[in-house]
Amino acid sequence: MSEKTVIIKIDGIEIKAKAGQTIMQAADEAGVYIPRLCYLKDLTPHGSCRVCTVKVNGRYQTACTEPAVDGMEVENKTQELEGLRRDIIDMLFVEGNHFCMFCEKSGNCDLQAEAYRLGICAPKFPYLFPDRDIDGTHPDIFIDRNRCILCGRCVNASRDVDGKTVFEFVGRGSEKKVAVNADAKLGDTNMALTDKAADVCPVGAIIKKRIGFAIPVGKRTYDQKPIGSEIESKS
Amino acid sequence: MAKPKIATASLAGCFGCHMSVLDIDERILKLIELVDFDKSPIDDIKKFTGRCLVGLIEGGCANEENVHNLKYFRENCDILISVGDCAINGGLPAMRNNIPLKECLDEAYLNGPTVYNPSGKIPSDKEIPLCLDRVYPCHEVVKMDYHLPGCPPSADTIWEALVALLNNKPLDLPYELIKYD
Ligand code: SF4
Ligand code: SF4
Ligand code: FES
Repeated sequence: MSEKTVIIKIDGIEIKAKAGQTIMQAADEAGVYIPRLCYLKDLTPHGSCRVCTVKVNGRYQTACTEPAVDGMEVENKTQELEGLRRDIIDMLFVEGNHFCMFCEKSGNCDLQAEAYRLGICAPKFPYLFPDRDIDGTHPDIFIDRNRCILCGRCVNASRDVDGKTVFEFVGRGSEKKVAVNADAKLGDTNMALTDKAADVCPVGAIIKKRIGFAIPVGKRTYDQKPIGSEIESKS
Repeated sequence: MAKPKIATASLAGCFGCHMSVLDIDERILKLIELVDFDKSPIDDIKKFTGRCLVGLIEGGCANEENVHNLKYFRENCDILISVGDCAINGGLPAMRNNIPLKECLDEAYLNGPTVYNPSGKIPSDKEIPLCLDRVYPCHEVVKMDYHLPGCPPSADTIWEALVALLNNKPLDLPYELIKYD
């Protein structure tokens, strides 16, 4: 059976999508970057961060979960949407404790990179400095919840790829956090260094021990080029 | 015509951002042709001698003296800039922000493993500025006009910002110069 093609427009430019693809997948293939934080290729879309919000025929939708449908008119790079994305990124910074100056993920962090891409010099909301905990009990992997943005990637990767359900969300609202499926700590789970879940965190909340700061400043993922450049260079 | 003036201050910071100002190297000679330094640790002028065009603030507000100093700068500078992460988000000093102040002081002066304090008292003298309940970013205390992130911001970032402002141009940092580390 040949795959059906649908045509959608993003910011007025026609792109081809395969039927069943999400807007994000179609855009990625066409070399159009839609900013994102919780979406990761090969994981079930979680639709939680809302950074990929676009306007579809005038209504707000998350591009990572919304299927591409023939004739859709999508707005992506508009002042309004960039403003909303900036607000979300700003909120993620002030709702956690993000001290990039000593974070092992700095330079390779998607949250930081989206902020750089938007030209954010300082968040506009007041800092909350919440009280969050850390878990260093596992021999090879470390959790620092101060930096968790609740994207759900670790939850999905552990469940769908590793078949382990090491991570799950508990609590609601500002109390929500990533928990592990052991009575006490990460060290009591069957999490392994080779698990997909150890690789997917977009920020410095789940990090592998003893490899921090391995890449010199200037050579890290987002030092020279903004996040999304690899997608945009395809167009 | 008199040259515009620049003032600088280090509040709860480590002087790293001032080091970054010095790191503009020989460009500092160009800078002093364009501006006069007023109140600043660089020339040790303690009180403003006149209105300043630009005030560069390093560090956040951790005690009442920091707040006083920051307000003094706001009153005397047309443009106030948060230089570096401590000014912008409290930086390392703000790591105490989710620990009650009493616990911080007890750890520092009574219980810390390297503490020698036979009096068993936490220092308290009117010469010592009172600690705030937490460390505040500068823009939560007074209005700040611009922010130069980084720990510290690079010399190029500071240079670009000053050149833009001295030439009445908008401060629009290129991608490579916005860094939080
Ligand atoms: S996780 Fe990212 S944004 Fe948060 S402190 Fe680390 S580098 Fe900065
Ligand atoms: S720990 Fe990392 S991957 Fe897991 S929810 Fe938090 S930010 Fe996402
Ligand atoms: S990337 Fe779509 S909601 Fe997070």
